[in-house]
Amino acid sequence: MSERHFVPKTDVEYTKADFTSDQMVKWCPGCGDHAILSSLLNTFPKTHVKKENVVMVSGIGCSSRIPYYVDTYGFHSIHGRACAIATGVKLANPALSVWVNMGDGDSMAIGGNHLIHAIRRNQDLNITIFNNEIYGLTKGQYSPTTKFGQVTKTSPYGTIDYPFNPGELVMGSQGTFFARTLDCVPALTTQVMEQAAKHDGASVVEVLQNCMIFNDKTHAAITDRAVRDDRTIVLEHGKPMLFGKNKEKGLRFNGRQLEVVTIGENGVTIDDIMVHHEDTEDTGIHMMLAHMGGDLPVALGVIRNVKKTSYTQLYEDQMDEQMQNGKYKCVDDLLNSGDTWEV
Amino acid sequence: MSQDQIVNKDDLVIRFAGDSGDGMQLSGTLFSDASALTGNDIATFPDYPAEIRAPHNTVAGVSGYQVHVGSHIYSSGDKCDILVAMNPAAFKSQLKWAKKGATVIVDMDTFTEDALEKAGYKDDPFTDELERAYTIVHAPITSFTNKIGAEQGVDKKTTEKCRNMFALGMIFYLTHKTLDKTYAYLERKFAKKPDVVKLNKAVLTEGYEYADKLELIHSKIVEVSHATEMPKGRYRNITGNVATAWGLLAASERSGRRLFLGSYPITPATDVMVELAKHKSLGARVFQAEDEIAGICSAIGASFAGALACTSTSGPGLSLKSEALGLAVMTELPLVVVDVQRGGPSTGLPTKTEQSDLAQALYGRNGEAPLIVVAASSSANCFYWAYTAAKLALEHMTPVILLTDGYLGNGSQLFRIPKVADLPEIKPRLATPNDPNYRPFRRDPETFAREWALPGMEGLRHRVGGLEKCPDGPLSTDPENHQLMVNNRQEKVNRVANYIPDQEVQGDPDADLLVVGWGGTSGALTLAVEEMNKEGKKVAYTHFNYICPLPKNTGDILRRYKKIVVCELNNGQFLGYLRTKFPECPMTAYNKVMGLPFEVGELKDHFNSLIG
Repeated sequence: MSERHFVPKTDVEYTKADFTSDQMVKWCPGCGDHAILSSLLNTFPKTHVKKENVVMVSGIGCSSRIPYYVDTYGFHSIHGRACAIATGVKLANPALSVWVNMGDGDSMAIGGNHLIHAIRRNQDLNITIFNNEIYGLTKGQYSPTTKFGQVTKTSPYGTIDYPFNPGELVMGSQGTFFARTLDCVPALTTQVMEQAAKHDGASVVEVLQNCMIFNDKTHAAITDRAVRDDRTIVLEHGKPMLFGKNKEKGLRFNGRQLEVVTIGENGVTIDDIMVHHEDTEDTGIHMMLAHMGGDLPVALGVIRNVKKTSYTQLYEDQMDEQMQNGKYKCVDDLLNSGDTWEV
Repeated sequence: MSQDQIVNKDDLVIRFAGDSGDGMQLSGTLFSDASALTGNDIATFPDYPAEIRAPHNTVAGVSGYQVHVGSHIYSSGDKCDILVAMNPAAFKSQLKWAKKGATVIVDMDTFTEDALEKAGYKDDPFTDELERAYTIVHAPITSFTNKIGAEQGVDKKTTEKCRNMFALGMIFYLTHKTLDKTYAYLERKFAKKPDVVKLNKAVLTEGYEYADKLELIHSKIVEVSHATEMPKGRYRNITGNVATAWGLLAASERSGRRLFLGSYPITPATDVMVELAKHKSLGARVFQAEDEIAGICSAIGASFAGALACTSTSGPGLSLKSEALGLAVMTELPLVVVDVQRGGPSTGLPTKTEQSDLAQALYGRNGEAPLIVVAASSSANCFYWAYTAAKLALEHMTPVILLTDGYLGNGSQLFRIPKVADLPEIKPRLATPNDPNYRPFRRDPETFAREWALPGMEGLRHRVGGLEKCPDGPLSTDPENHQLMVNNRQEKVNRVANYIPDQEVQGDPDADLLVVGWGGTSGALTLAVEEMNKEGKKVAYTHFNYICPLPKNTGDILRRYKKIVVCELNNGQFLGYLRTKFPECPMTAYNKVMGLPFEVGELKDHFNSLIG
């Protein structure tokens, strides 16, 4: 099956300003969403897609206001349904570049079903999940990603819900692209979003985002400058998995699980360090990488990026085949097919 | 047989009943198709259980298919003239649908001790009283079929599947029809399995010849009059669900908008999706969604992107779609929602018919959320109402709910094939690229419809969504603006009344009683009123297809009559709706909520009691 591209490229050189709308941005000052918006606006010019062919679809929540702030076509829909609506947009017109923006509650609680099925189908959508581990717009209830035991307004004695890890959800749904980034590292965010846009099929970018009003510093244990280099690892395709201030630490697979080793200690050399292959079809290693946390650094960057024919292509191939070779050329043919008779 | 034995009749009702796996639906369809092809008018009514194969030989597993053939057929008929019962359970549960004196064909081989017990019989079912009341034909269907199978060397399992052909052969004899149409069908259907064709044809023929040898029924042969009043044209047989699907296809072709259907399987609406899924060559973009909500949401997304977007469902699915319907109202996007109604509430009676989703269609959303509601009234006119629903959605920029029901959807009728070019024009309200004056909620001064600006169009980038907007497009929580937008959305739907035809009244113009119906009950109601008029009774009848808005002359009609009876298969939902609009009109209800269509007899009894 030959690979097809459905979204036409333009020669127009856009800038960030071309995609910035005239609407006042109404997020709280200091909210991580500002940085994510900025990264997104920086990404669009790099995709070389005509503004008119970009559609932003969102659900409900703080992050879902984003279509108002991007000067493209936009649909601020209802809670949880962004993936389903975006699927319809793309199926009706595959020439559109369709972006979905959702929060953690929107995408994984009320909209969980639509998310996993969009991923399973490998529907050609660029999905961004703003993960602040809380319901912000309704003022501080626990979400499906809130840390176990956390006290929130609806869990005054601590949550007893085990949280989702969005990356694992993506892998479990046979996802073909998953990246993770931090709101406070906009350059990385733009970089993975650009990769996500290039990916044919469903791409999911999880942005660890801070809600300074209702869940401030929820990601601080990995995002604070003082610890970030030791608590996170930015994965790069084809390169050894190194991290730490001086890239002195690395990840090794010890036959049973991943472990952190230091180069030069206990005879560890660079050759012992695992090399990241984002395109490994098997989800095993990617699942382990997405799962990391605790004693292991949280994985950032593109964790998984494999080629698999997209839903759009499979759909359009069938449509084209039938349009060319199908039995009926017009509805009159159909109406008069089979047993008919004259009165 | 000699010709003088044959009785001529205007119409005949035949009911095929057997175990769910006995092929009763197929026998019924083959008979109705053959009848239609030989010049009869027809209507069919499948009556089957929700279970695919309920326990063998139990009453719960009985599947029925009623066929009404004749010269001018409105409905699938009340009680049957001929009943085929393929086992004791079918005989037990279906005999109540047979007229007194009916011919009842039973497969005597199935009346074993075990099967009788499973059907709940303690004694011999064939009492002298019963034998006097009906002409019961004890036919050795299974053993004859098995004998032919054995002769042809076919295994028993395959052979048993052909028992229905034996019964069908007998019916063809009893209705003085030839077998050639059905031979042709079998040859087509099993083109790759010549053994199966040979067996089926042999069993069918054997059934026919068996009947010929049976003196008992020679006085029972009926030749049904050919349809005479049918307008000239090319005809075919069609079910309501297929007609609905084709109506949407025609609207797509005529409007130039791609057809998109986002749906989730649900009885009895699934066949709309099944049918459209076949027609990618006609541009039908069908998406089987992960749930009902995704079905409608994908359609709303497709509508935003410029498709003629549809979703098909039944009652419980419509409940799930409620929130998204509100979104379609708020975004003022064209959308067709087909609700093939079934018995409710909740899972209710999935395979039975009802009209109890009307209130849900009219009101089942949060906020002030008006939309257009129309209802089909025959299996064949599902085509026109699906087409009309699409036309209204595209021209008035609003969601439209089309109500059909299980009776219309699964039932079939003759359909006069139109030419797509002869159907009314459909003009979608597309915006003009780079129009400097484009505003998302700028309205047409006549219809109040907004313009449809599609992603990809230059210079018209805008945002829609569930939050209240001002006419220029941006969000607004301004109190006056909300009032204005609520009023405008309502006015847009109200003004649809300017674009639909006047309501008509049939029957006696000076009637003492006006019968009011809507949707799928029109067959039985029409016939009841027609028969009463013939008997000299002063009864008039008006049938509604446009439900919201109502035709403009509705009040004028209702105010003309002293007695009005609103008949519907629910507890009075349309009556309640009419009363809120025309409180001055004296209206009473005739309701039935049994999962079954109206019978002409019960309607006439009630109307007669009203005119006294």
